[in-house]
Amino acid sequence: MTGRSGLEIALEKVAFRYAEMVMGFDLRFAAGSVTAIMGPSGAGKSTLLNLVAGFEAPSGGRILIGGENVTGLPPAAHPVSMVFQENNLFSHLDVAANVGLGRSPSLKLSGEDRAAVSDALARTGLSGKEKRLPSALSGGERQRVALARVLVRDRPVLLLDEPFASLDAALRREMTDLVGELHSRIHMTILMVTHDEQDARQIADRVVRIEDGRIAGSDAVEAPSPGGRLPESGGE
Amino acid sequence: MAVALVAGGALAGLVFQAGRDWSGAFSAFDGYLLRVARFTLFQAVLSTVLSVGPAIFVARAFSRQQAFPGRALMLRLFAVPLALPAIVAALGVLALYGRAGIFSGAFSRFAGGDWPGIYGLSGILIAHVFFNLPLATRLFLQALDTVPDDQWRLAAQLGMGARPAFRFLEWPAMRASLPGIAGLVFMLCVTSFTIVLLLGGGPRATTLEVAIYQALRFDFDPARAVALTAAQIGLTLAIFIAITRFGGDYTAAATLSVARRRYAATGQGERLCNLLVIAAAFFFVAGPMGAVVVAGLGADLGRLALDEAVRRAALTSLALAVPAALLSIGLSLALVACRRVLEYGRRERPASWLEWMSGSGASLVLVLPPTVIGAGWFVILLRLGNLYAAAPAMVVVVNALMAMPFAVRVVRPAYDAASARNERLCDALGIAGWNRFKLIDGPVLARPLGTALAFAMALSLGDLGVIALFGSDSVQTLPYLLMQRMGSYRTEDAAGIALLLGVLCLGLMAISDRLGRDAA
Repeated sequence: MTGRSGLEIALEKVAFRYAEMVMGFDLRFAAGSVTAIMGPSGAGKSTLLNLVAGFEAPSGGRILIGGENVTGLPPAAHPVSMVFQENNLFSHLDVAANVGLGRSPSLKLSGEDRAAVSDALARTGLSGKEKRLPSALSGGERQRVALARVLVRDRPVLLLDEPFASLDAALRREMTDLVGELHSRIHMTILMVTHDEQDARQIADRVVRIEDGRIAGSDAVEAPSPGGRLPESGGE
Repeated sequence: MAVALVAGGALAGLVFQAGRDWSGAFSAFDGYLLRVARFTLFQAVLSTVLSVGPAIFVARAFSRQQAFPGRALMLRLFAVPLALPAIVAALGVLALYGRAGIFSGAFSRFAGGDWPGIYGLSGILIAHVFFNLPLATRLFLQALDTVPDDQWRLAAQLGMGARPAFRFLEWPAMRASLPGIAGLVFMLCVTSFTIVLLLGGGPRATTLEVAIYQALRFDFDPARAVALTAAQIGLTLAIFIAITRFGGDYTAAATLSVARRRYAATGQGERLCNLLVIAAAFFFVAGPMGAVVVAGLGADLGRLALDEAVRRAALTSLALAVPAALLSIGLSLALVACRRVLEYGRRERPASWLEWMSGSGASLVLVLPPTVIGAGWFVILLRLGNLYAAAPAMVVVVNALMAMPFAVRVVRPAYDAASARNERLCDALGIAGWNRFKLIDGPVLARPLGTALAFAMALSLGDLGVIALFGSDSVQTLPYLLMQRMGSYRTEDAAGIALLLGVLCLGLMAISDRLGRDAA
């Protein structure tokens, strides 16, 4: 873990067609910033993340990460890690192997890799659970494993696609805190899709709203202290 | 409602009854039977390995090449052998690889002598693989489709190449369904009758099913037939139990896999390999079908159409297939309704054995292949003396039972869903009996019933198992006539009839498929 900081993400006049909807994104995310992406279902939040991760290729425009044009490159060539809402783990592999895949896609791990894996597991509070299968973990623990893999991958960009949406409110807060803690050490650029205003304010320094495949607004969060307390708002 | 149970149970009971009467049966457990049983298992194991092994790679290739022209068409083609009567397929294999087949010239030159044809083990294996490789491929492809999209994305992000993706994603998904698929193919090969009868040739390549047939039709040795039948039932029952233990779904039907987005980048080399694997499988599967069409069109179709025997056989086939199909869905509906009533009545209490019987009764039919059921009745009717008079009834009943597992599988989900929705309302409004079926359940079930009906008709039209036992000059169906023409070396006639039969069955299957798809 080098502790290097994140890279700037720039979407320059990016166009994408999904069914009948034509989406257009033109915005930048500063290096090391944490941005919450909000908006109604089907507005294009996940598409934005998929574009940055390289799972979708834009029909027009350019995507730059750290000034480098990544448009049209295969997903593995994008310097990003992504955590989904579920299915982040291979169910027949134990925790250590699932994390180890972040170092080598064929699981050929060196001693150094193994050390990085156990270090990441310790930082995500999973020590002692290396040999467990995903089926023997709780929902929160499974997402912790996914975050541990993010640590060993050590990519400058982290994309979170509603990773904690299926957890209850208290656990969600705890996991969001964990992300904030990891960010304060590594400073990767984070984009997080969420439905929960409070989650967004807890960690993000900016909230970007998306509607109908367009950027509908972008506000700075007043109190950008990660894990900072806010008065209870209405929730969902 | 109990009618269905009685019909199924009685047949099984009668077979055992027949077994008890013939004390000579035990003396028939001799070396011959052992040899036949051994060959039955031997060819089934080989067929399974040769079908399932390559299917893993064909399915993987299909799964990794989500987009190439003709992919959907090819997958559709892979469903065809499932609908093709075995006798037609056997003819196609012969027309391609046989002594006088299309390839015989090339093979002769290659072998440096006269191509002896593919009768015997090789013929059986080729025909079995022709049937089961596409089936296994489609089932594996279904298994691969259960891998969540997220995991494909994850694999792409982690930069997994072909090998790690196979190791971490594809193989685990396929391994889970491997026992079920292998079990299904094995069962189909153990109970294969038509293929072995037509391509086996000689006592060295005979399975239990064919031996039963020969004992009854040629040797008039009912005692031996009973012994063989007992052995066959024992064998299939053991396999059936083994499959159920493995959790395999024996009545699995293959649906078409929808093309999905794949994120894995496949290199040029891998793409080429995949397409080669697919092309090889395609030619293997399409070959015999093409041969049937070519040979069939080469026959004098006009003369065949005017041939009195052909027309009579076609009419007989239809006259038997329609009641068989109706009986099949009638029994299936009764069985399904019976299970549902018991389930609804018990609420939270554990299921009774009657409910279990009506739930899996239809699958138990599979343990008794048509030849076995037919043999049981053959022995009984032989003693009563009116063997061939009962032939039409036998064909109808046994073919109806054969189609039941599928019919139940199609009808039950629709029926149970309708019942769950309507049961209380109907009780409250006092709608019951025929009124209820006509007004409430009937319209909902129309499509699934149509699917089952067309399937049952196709199955019955193409079946040779029962008619081979009971057929005579007065009762001939198309498959029976086809077998006779092949036997008397009227190859052109046979090819024409095969084409006709194949087209009929495929048409019905297409209707069944269409109805099933729209209903879903």
